[in-house]
Amino acid sequence: MIHECVDQYACLAANINFNLEGLRIGFWQLTIDGLAWGAIYALVAVGYTLVFGVLRLINFAHSEIFMLGMFGAYFALDIIMGFTPSGNAYNKGIALTILYLAIAMLFAMLVSGSAAVGLEFVAYRPLRRRGARSLTFLITAIGMSFVLQEFVHFVLPKLLKGYGGSNAQQPIILVQPKTQFHIFSATVSNVTIVIIVAALIFAVLTDYAINRTKFGRGIRAVAQDPTTATLMGVSRERIIMTTFLIGGLLAGAAALLYTLKVPQGIIYSGGFLLGIKAFSAAVLGGIGNLRGALLGGLLLGIMENYGQAVFGTQWRDVVAFVLLVLVLLVRPTGILGESLGKAKA
Amino acid sequence: MRGRMARNAFALGSAGLLVLGIAACNQSKPEQEKSQSQLKIVEQVQIDGQGKEVKADQSAAPSDPAGDGKATCPPVSIAMAGALNGPDAALGINIKNGVQLAIDKHNAANPGCQVQLKPFDTEGDPQKATAIAPQIVDDQYTIGLVGPAFSGETKATGTVFDQAGLVATTASATNPTLSENGWKTFFRGLANDAVQGPAVANYLKNTLGYKKICVIDDSTDYGLGLASAVRETLGPIADSGCNISVKKGDKDFSAAVTQVKGVSPDAVFYGGYYSEAAPLTQQLKDGGFTGTFVSADGTKDPEYVKQGGEATKGAILSCPCGPATGTFADEYKKKFNTDAGTYSAEGYDLGTILVKGIDSGAITRPALLDFVKNYNGQGVARKYQWTPTGELTTNLIWIFKVQ
Repeated sequence: MIHECVDQYACLAANINFNLEGLRIGFWQLTIDGLAWGAIYALVAVGYTLVFGVLRLINFAHSEIFMLGMFGAYFALDIIMGFTPSGNAYNKGIALTILYLAIAMLFAMLVSGSAAVGLEFVAYRPLRRRGARSLTFLITAIGMSFVLQEFVHFVLPKLLKGYGGSNAQQPIILVQPKTQFHIFSATVSNVTIVIIVAALIFAVLTDYAINRTKFGRGIRAVAQDPTTATLMGVSRERIIMTTFLIGGLLAGAAALLYTLKVPQGIIYSGGFLLGIKAFSAAVLGGIGNLRGALLGGLLLGIMENYGQAVFGTQWRDVVAFVLLVLVLLVRPTGILGESLGKAKA
Repeated sequence: MRGRMARNAFALGSAGLLVLGIAACNQSKPEQEKSQSQLKIVEQVQIDGQGKEVKADQSAAPSDPAGDGKATCPPVSIAMAGALNGPDAALGINIKNGVQLAIDKHNAANPGCQVQLKPFDTEGDPQKATAIAPQIVDDQYTIGLVGPAFSGETKATGTVFDQAGLVATTASATNPTLSENGWKTFFRGLANDAVQGPAVANYLKNTLGYKKICVIDDSTDYGLGLASAVRETLGPIADSGCNISVKKGDKDFSAAVTQVKGVSPDAVFYGGYYSEAAPLTQQLKDGGFTGTFVSADGTKDPEYVKQGGEATKGAILSCPCGPATGTFADEYKKKFNTDAGTYSAEGYDLGTILVKGIDSGAITRPALLDFVKNYNGQGVARKYQWTPTGELTTNLIWIFKVQ
């Protein structure tokens, strides 16, 4: 089943397009689709950015927290609500579908949230107790990412029949994408609406929680100066746990939204690339900065969608990372800068 | 403040439980509207390089490994090499089971001639296969081999088998260059990759009469190579407005769907594997594409239908591999408790050819090699007769359809 390209470079060159016309024609559609992707990136990016703000740790295992969320949502639909996976869409009417989705989302958030806290507890807290260096944390994060992936790949199928393994889960599709209305020339599907609206709600809630509530102030205090924050009576360990929890909850919510868009994406490796993109989004917006992560996510989603229209679908990821490099060249701290840890009036 | 938070958490938790409770009550209701669909990948016809349908020779029944039941032979064994563990194990196991079935049938019918099957796990890895090849060759009881399964490992080990004079019949290695190495012991049990692309393209163009086709590839060696061959043969019928490359691992094809919709072709050909083909098929259908989805052996997997659901109905899949039919399919299912998969029929046919050779008295390596070289007979999947380089004399591609 292997065909060889006789001249690799010739094959490659033949595959790059430069099609500005495609961008012009599809502009609105690309924007809408890009927004939906960006919304998912944004929610996952928050997890990276908050943890970085508080711990100066890039939690690479966050993409696997997201992946576990997908399995959580699937589990809820499959076992708790009793849907048979079939690859075909169920049509349950709007109210029931939203109810089912809400339950699945709750469950996904539960799984992701507890996985994130568990990860903190098992992997990072012991290291902090022993005063490990930041490189150790980073390696641990990468290691945990593999542990969780391989767990779902090899161990989960033995624990739960029909879960995990090398193949993606057979999809359970609750919402068939259907065009609801048009914006300019673009069609807006029900899935897109659900994703953007849900993401918007979560973004506003998180922003409120971080900037307006007491424990949000705690998070910002620890990010700014852990020692002083502790002296002021903020429990650092509690704050760290809360931070992981919030990141996990949002990753779970994003996981359900993602499975709406890509029902066939529930697989052990399914979080990896998306996690890296979300991390890039966090860096793009200014890592450690909540609003930066949200903005970075949306921007990345839209720009890579434009990019794939111009250069060809297979260049989508390349466009995303080139964009990241270009922005960092001009603004090394990201678009909004690293503000979570900075003093603000 | 703490009290309020705790109260809030409690309220949220109980609300969640309530919702879960409602859902649990709902659960017992069986899903009637769309239960598990009964879609299957079913064989249609064989086509030649020009895309013309070739009627199978119905007069000749496939060779039966059981023979006449009177064969006698000293203890000899047949080796099988391929991936039996690891991510590609499914194909290796399909082949091994096919060979196993042939040998078991033979042994049950011929008490005087007991042939042993010796499986070797290469994990599909050329390096591992290189380490294993001498083990196979050094075992003096082994006079024939089914394998190695994949092109890479076959390329790496062909010389070893050639020097040992051990007949090596492969059920699945389809890289066209393998027969160009001058190996005297190499025999390919199916058409190679150079046949498939043009054959499918001609079938779409000439037999099905499609006027406009979008060709999509997944940028892998396999997918791009196949898609390029299809594009070339289709010529102007492959619409240049929708020559799309996606990436293996992608699951969202909205941009490609938009592009295909703009052209509204009769069919979409996808060169790639099932894990991307399934979401692509579904998203094309959801996006309003009404033509035929066509793909090849990388997609011909039960998982494609499982993942893609109703949207895969009517999809056409080509494969150099033959279908499992008739009594072979029943016996296989009974023995291994699973349907015969891709390359099972080839494994069975090649195993049958080897035991038939042994029954005919070819119990040394040179004798068995000679037997295979001059073999001409019908199998489950196709007719087997080889050219001096080890290619089949007639190279046909099977067309399958999801229905």
